[in-house]
Amino acid sequence: MSTKIVIEPVTRVEGHGKVTIHLDDMGNVDEARFHIVEFRGFERFIQGRPYWEVPVLVQRLCGICPVSHHLAASKAMDAVIGVDTITPTAEKMRRLMHYGQIYQSHALHFFHLASPDLLFGFDADASQRNVIAVAQEFPQLATQGIHMRRWGQQIIEATAGKRIHGTGSIPGGVNKNLSLEERDRFLADLDQQLQWAREAVAIARDYTMEHLETARGFAAFPSNHVGLVDDEGVLDLYDGRLKAIDPDGEVIFEGMEAHEYSDYLAEEVRPWSYMKFPFIRSLGPRRGWYRVGPLARVNLCRRMGTPEADAAREEFMALTDGKPNHLTLAYHWARMIELLHCAERIGELLDDPDLQGDELTTSGEFRGEGVAIIEAPRGTLFHHYRVDRNDQVTMANLIVSTTSNNEAMNRAVTDVAEKYLSGQRITDGLLNHVEVAIRAYDPCLSCATHALGQMPLSIEIVGPDGAVLASRLKG
Amino acid sequence: MPEEVTLTIDGKKITAKIGQSILEAAEENGVYIPHLCALQELHSTGACRVCMVRIDGRYSASCTQPVSDGLQVEVESDELLEIRKMIVEMLFAEGNHFCPCCEKSGNCELQALAYRLGIDSVRFPYQFPQREVDAEHPDVFIDHNRCILCGRCVEASRNADHKTALEFIGRGKNKRLAVTGIVDLDRADKAVSVCPVGAILLKRQAFQVPLGQRRFDHEPIGAEVESRNPEVRTP
Repeated sequence: MSTKIVIEPVTRVEGHGKVTIHLDDMGNVDEARFHIVEFRGFERFIQGRPYWEVPVLVQRLCGICPVSHHLAASKAMDAVIGVDTITPTAEKMRRLMHYGQIYQSHALHFFHLASPDLLFGFDADASQRNVIAVAQEFPQLATQGIHMRRWGQQIIEATAGKRIHGTGSIPGGVNKNLSLEERDRFLADLDQQLQWAREAVAIARDYTMEHLETARGFAAFPSNHVGLVDDEGVLDLYDGRLKAIDPDGEVIFEGMEAHEYSDYLAEEVRPWSYMKFPFIRSLGPRRGWYRVGPLARVNLCRRMGTPEADAAREEFMALTDGKPNHLTLAYHWARMIELLHCAERIGELLDDPDLQGDELTTSGEFRGEGVAIIEAPRGTLFHHYRVDRNDQVTMANLIVSTTSNNEAMNRAVTDVAEKYLSGQRITDGLLNHVEVAIRAYDPCLSCATHALGQMPLSIEIVGPDGAVLASRLKG
Repeated sequence: MPEEVTLTIDGKKITAKIGQSILEAAEENGVYIPHLCALQELHSTGACRVCMVRIDGRYSASCTQPVSDGLQVEVESDELLEIRKMIVEMLFAEGNHFCPCCEKSGNCELQALAYRLGIDSVRFPYQFPQREVDAEHPDVFIDHNRCILCGRCVEASRNADHKTALEFIGRGKNKRLAVTGIVDLDRADKAVSVCPVGAILLKRQAFQVPLGQRRFDHEPIGAEVESRNPEVRTP
């Protein structure tokens, strides 16, 4: 008799989700699904609101990376009001905000969400496998994580007005520049932050190399990868053209502009999740699924564009002889390379006098439609709006990073379940291995469904008749 | 007939000019009485009732009550504070006031008053009324969700702009602001600039003032009045 196992909630991820593992009559894993159980409806309730409210409104999708939504919506609204190029001060302020945000988000994930698994092992006792134990046993690392996150948050505050849900970016530009006092405050910490970022890359690299055999057998599967690069193919987290590569690193498409997104990508709906399944249109839903986020970006760019991150990437790519790396656990290493890249970019920007410029906004000829793409910490983020002549939003479509990783996370869960599930008894080890696989993607479930309400991970075992035979809730 | 009268506010003697309202006299003497509809340059209508005080024991809106000699006015008492808080809470409950994404946040008198009065939750059930947004005007955006029916704009349109561009229609809970269409509302009209909340806004101006530089970012509402007399402070 076939069976379904449910893990609910999934912990140390941003938001609430659950996992169901379907077993066949022989007790083997038939399929595992990662469900997002939230529903929110942002795309619907911003209809009718004036376009200038949208960058401030939609960022409330998320408390972790609101800046990504704030900036994606601002960029889309630039297009809506006919602004193709914002002033150098505006662009650099937005970039600084964005790098500050990725820096803090990556630091949060690595040091506080993922570190218990990496430091204590996937099988460690649950009482040890948490951030409190990290703080007790590795106080320096835990504190460093907090300091790194704070620096990033302070940069967001200086550019957006506050650390969470600021108002700094507006359609056509920004509402403030960076004062010399603010700049000097961040410059004073730059060397320390760079040093910590280098060390973080080394920790993630050493972890991956030391656990290479585990990593190769842990949710490692070939996939397509999607991300933004500039005209030279160099990683660009704020703006650029979309590129997709296949598992061998061959280009599927490149040079795609934001407004062309629906020509290249489509979304599939499956009845058991509020999260859609995007895919590359030319390959279809079965072969066209792809990964986004740090691993995808590091894989598909030609260079990172900053010297130290470039060197770190070369080391990363050497592991796979320059071909794309498909190890789910390599996300951590790639994420830390990006952390270092952001610190370097922040350093470059702080030296740029354009940040003290006074030309903050640009105006244009109203167009009524805008699409923007940005690389959020967790991956490529799309915002698409239509606005009528009364300035009211009539249509919104958001494709968030976690959604793009939906198929990959489901495959990761299935792969891990197949390897670690023994019989129908749900062990702590199984539970956490499944979570480790999901966690590597740093999913943000609130964003993914633009969600409503509380979100905890649950595992269920379900029989062929649909009856739940066992379940376990984590809150 | 003397031009000045003497009255007491919370036991302190003040002088006031004949013809002033109690609210005006109090403000001139550095006593802030919370209010949302009264505005110095407009005729007071007593619509919001937030400026409720006790005058010789009777409850009255201080913005419509003229001063006279010997009045004993009570502004600061636990009872009056509670009444003011209830009125402000009712305003929040009956409209759709979503401060986090409202462009008036930080410049909004209703929000500032709630902060000043220490309102961190509303005791009444939220009504979540279905209200319209009127965005047809090329320069002016009217969001009925946020309107508290204070009447400032109606008053300003009639008596400052000498138009009747805005009027109230409907009764009771169906009362709402309406663009009359008789004359055009202009972006430079006084009626457009006096809204205490985010109900009437100039289009395309949102969030241009950074956080930290908005009207109530550093000082609570009423601080300007109180700076005239640092010894007095009303909660």
